[in-house]
Amino acid sequence: MNSLFVGPSSHRNENGAMATTQERQVESMSRTDPSFHGVSPTYDRIRKIKQNFFFFLFRAAAAINGIALLVIIYFMVVNGWRAITWEFLTQPPMQSMTKGGILPCIVGTFALSFGAIIVALPIGIASAIYLTEYARPGKVVRLIRLGINNLAGVPSVVFGLFGLAFFVVILNMGVSIAAGALTLGAMSLPVIIGATEEALKSVPDTYREASLGLGATKWQTIWRVVLPSAMPGILTGAILGISRAAGETAPIMFTGAVFFTPKLPTSIFNEVMALPYHIYVLATAGTQIEKTRHLQYGTAIVLIALVLGMNLVAIVWRSRLRKRLK
Amino acid sequence: MMESEQQTECNESEYKMSSENLDFYYGDFKALHSVSMAFKPREVTALIGPSGCGKSTFLRCLNRMNDLIPISRVEGRITLDGDDIYASDVDVVMLRRKVGMVFQKPNPFPKSIFDNVAYGLWVNGIKHKAFVQERVEESLKQAAIWDEVKDRLPDTALGLSGGQQQRLCIARALAVKPEVVLMDEPASALDPIATQKIEELIYQLKETYTIIIVTHNMQQAARVSDVTAFFYMGKLIEAGETDTIFTRPKRKQTEDYITGRFG
Repeated sequence: MNSLFVGPSSHRNENGAMATTQERQVESMSRTDPSFHGVSPTYDRIRKIKQNFFFFLFRAAAAINGIALLVIIYFMVVNGWRAITWEFLTQPPMQSMTKGGILPCIVGTFALSFGAIIVALPIGIASAIYLTEYARPGKVVRLIRLGINNLAGVPSVVFGLFGLAFFVVILNMGVSIAAGALTLGAMSLPVIIGATEEALKSVPDTYREASLGLGATKWQTIWRVVLPSAMPGILTGAILGISRAAGETAPIMFTGAVFFTPKLPTSIFNEVMALPYHIYVLATAGTQIEKTRHLQYGTAIVLIALVLGMNLVAIVWRSRLRKRLK
Repeated sequence: MMESEQQTECNESEYKMSSENLDFYYGDFKALHSVSMAFKPREVTALIGPSGCGKSTFLRCLNRMNDLIPISRVEGRITLDGDDIYASDVDVVMLRRKVGMVFQKPNPFPKSIFDNVAYGLWVNGIKHKAFVQERVEESLKQAAIWDEVKDRLPDTALGLSGGQQQRLCIARALAVKPEVVLMDEPASALDPIATQKIEELIYQLKETYTIIIVTHNMQQAARVSDVTAFFYMGKLIEAGETDTIFTRPKRKQTEDYITGRFG
């Protein structure tokens, strides 16, 4: 709010009554333009009420965001904190999952997320470099961008089916970390490409010009100057993309995660358990749904902690980078 | 139709660089009209003119930096040592090593001071450590900044002042031993003291390098250059010895600009 919105200041008009700033402004305007009769006080009051009303609505909308997150976390914690024990985090599920822990799920989620990064990062960065630095504006580039944008809109369960058909069956990987990571990686591609493009575009052109002016090739310029400058932004984007993928259930349901497996994975072609899928399993398919309720919430807490933790790391890192660039 | 004193029967091998009837287009807009001039070796040529007259555009044609603009088009010839630089078999990368550039706003890489100067050597395949170190020191000395940075070579270049950064960029450009150095308003972003240092530097550098400098500061052109070329609306109006241009210009437009009647 700037000083234009300051309240009335004292000034007496010809009737001896206190004139508001509004009235003084109207007065001075009428002196120069006789046809201007000023804003009627009623209209002025109405429009100020309208403004306050809309500002309130906008603030409420913003508040709902924060409140929603707090409510979710509160609900999870209240219902599941009893489940968080050392045993919970380090033991596999036992006795039809009514006791024990979720260690294999934690391991599985890590393995799938890590695998997704390995798949999506190189391909995503390479695509973004091509689109930003090499491609000439034209039909081909527009088609590629169209493809990427549409990929971003594909429902996650469709990704799961695709992964099942292609990685699990056709490429014969079976239900495995490999198939799950490839599917999750494909899902994360648009996010990583978008973040990388933004990071590359934010590298000033003056760096590129300086490098080329010294007799460097385009690739040397990208590899030695542009990429290193953009890398922090690329990595924060990657973390955000992967943290989203870590919480997805549908893409891994058919491709990598299973209801139960007694041992921890030893190769990428093993199947795994995963946190989001485990919540689904406990809440719908188990034989003791009510008994395991607290475990469901406990698993949810662990998953949310993981995702929020990764997001926090990305946000803090990004704000540090921004400070450094200033 | 211009009255450059060098124009006569030009024997191309006398000149380090020359342009012949150069037309330049940004898309449909014709930015340069039939510019012809020549640059003698180890001379400083200043390109002056009001904003938007095409002097920077012309400068950037000399090392084909305008190739980076997709809608740009060049017609005419520019030669370096007699060879057309726009010929189809020319290696642009090699050309840019020989014709270096210093930009208006200092643009050191976000790397250490040493790495900045060594960059040009590394990308051109010169990796031998001792040699690179020697060359870096030599270039920093040539750019008159060695004493100020010799104890902080590993520090980031972004910690230097504007004037120091610009001298660092000059050192960086000199490290690859170019034959021609193009400078696009190198001192316009700097304070008067830094500007003076740059001008002194140019005076020293011309013993070794051919220098072409774009400047909007006429006094600077008068101080620093041997030859001055006046551009207006994409045309080369007049070019000649600096003293003559500033005291007895042949064209009225030149005289108007120099006396400050416009621009």
